[in-house]
Amino acid sequence: MTTPVGVLALQGAFARHIAVLEELGVEAVEVRRPEHLDDVGALVMPGGESTTMSMLLESSGLFDAIEARLDAAMPVFGTCAGLILLASDIADGRPDQRSFAALDISVRRNAYGRQVDSFETDLAVDVIGGMFPAVFIRAPGIEQVGADVDVLASVDGRPVLCRRDHVLAASFHPELSADGRLHRYFIDQVATGVS
Amino acid sequence: MSENERQTGSTLVKRGLAEMLKGGVIMDVVNPEQAKVAEDAGAVAVMALERVPADIRVDGGIARMSDPEMIDGIQAAVTIPVMAKARIGHFVEAQILEALGVDYVDESEVLSPADEAHHIDKWAFTVPFVCGATNLGEALRRISEGACMIRSKGEAGTGNVIEAVRHLRSIIGDIKKIGQADSAELFDWAKQLQAPLPLVQEIAETGTLPVPLFCAGGLATPADAALAMQLGAEAVFVGSGIFKSDDPAPRAKAIVEATTNFADADILAKVSRGLGAPMTGIGMDDTLKFAERGW
Repeated sequence: MTTPVGVLALQGAFARHIAVLEELGVEAVEVRRPEHLDDVGALVMPGGESTTMSMLLESSGLFDAIEARLDAAMPVFGTCAGLILLASDIADGRPDQRSFAALDISVRRNAYGRQVDSFETDLAVDVIGGMFPAVFIRAPGIEQVGADVDVLASVDGRPVLCRRDHVLAASFHPELSADGRLHRYFIDQVATGVS
Repeated sequence: MSENERQTGSTLVKRGLAEMLKGGVIMDVVNPEQAKVAEDAGAVAVMALERVPADIRVDGGIARMSDPEMIDGIQAAVTIPVMAKARIGHFVEAQILEALGVDYVDESEVLSPADEAHHIDKWAFTVPFVCGATNLGEALRRISEGACMIRSKGEAGTGNVIEAVRHLRSIIGDIKKIGQADSAELFDWAKQLQAPLPLVQEIAETGTLPVPLFCAGGLATPADAALAMQLGAEAVFVGSGIFKSDDPAPRAKAIVEATTNFADADILAKVSRGLGAPMTGIGMDDTLKFAERGW
């Protein structure tokens, strides 16, 4: 794709996503205001604190702008907090926490425990042809997936990487691994046809 | 590592949480009610402590780790990460905080030091540590001991941003200078900074600190937070500045907005309006400098 990929840059690990995309030769731009969405063909929503991001999405006017683009099938890749923002149902969230409901999954925040329980693991991801070094930080757990959602990877039977059409979401942080294959998959396989 | 085998406490996992806090505000809180106010305002984490630094200054005496019961209460009140402070060198306080499941331990000069020569061996822990630094040498010594996040110390409890600016400029200024140095000069840099050569060489190669650099100590207004961010901090700690102000909730929210939109003066002007009085603050002339604690 030739249009830039936007990276939601309100808070969290957005700079790491931009670095991975640029390493792959993909132009990546920060999205901080609604007008920053105008020129992007796809969006990455990074890890960070989902409660903070939800508040800043509202105050910046980005919530409605992103929602409109998602309704128009903009490809999106959400990681950790980004996955929470895409989920149709959030358990243990704040009552006022909004999400885009772009992916029919139920997630529980901090499902893997506190920071002392955060972990690295080798993950079998068939769509990228092998193992991926995945980093889980106070990660959300995917508790249920809708019938039309593909589970692309699991840890101990629990889904951690899901896709439906143009929406890709991970419980973990591919931007922290020195491995661009999941970003490559997003660009080449999920965001194809975007011009 | 075989498939699905979990490795906890790795450097990547420990530094990774600091990556997730970037662009955010970590707020000092002394009870569950304040923790809720902080979370509602958009804090990325809270620092649980018994007294904010401004009160520690007034009260005097020995400042120690908080009561575990008080930390439990704050952990139960919020879903965002909870940090807590241990005294410099007091590795048993750190062991207790790890057992409580705090998400980050701050080995902090705001508390009374427990060891006049040694900091905690932070590699020995699964929980990650943040440490303060006034200059790059101090930052690199803390990183060599296992710190996964550095915060410029500033001067906690003063509401006076001048020390935070001094420390941030010193750390970032030396990082820039090392980026310009040739390989032979790096040995002298290591000697001058009293820091391990490999870390100095890493900075020369990458142009950044090996761990995230946050700013703390004396920030009281949205403009202060944006100043720290424009100077190169990656996130901010605000202690007494929020709950020692007239109206904490709107000030907390405004500081969150200012930290995200640190380069946008129009937004800074908007969020700085009508916040009531900030904490009074104090000058530096006769002030006990917490920042001088740490070796």
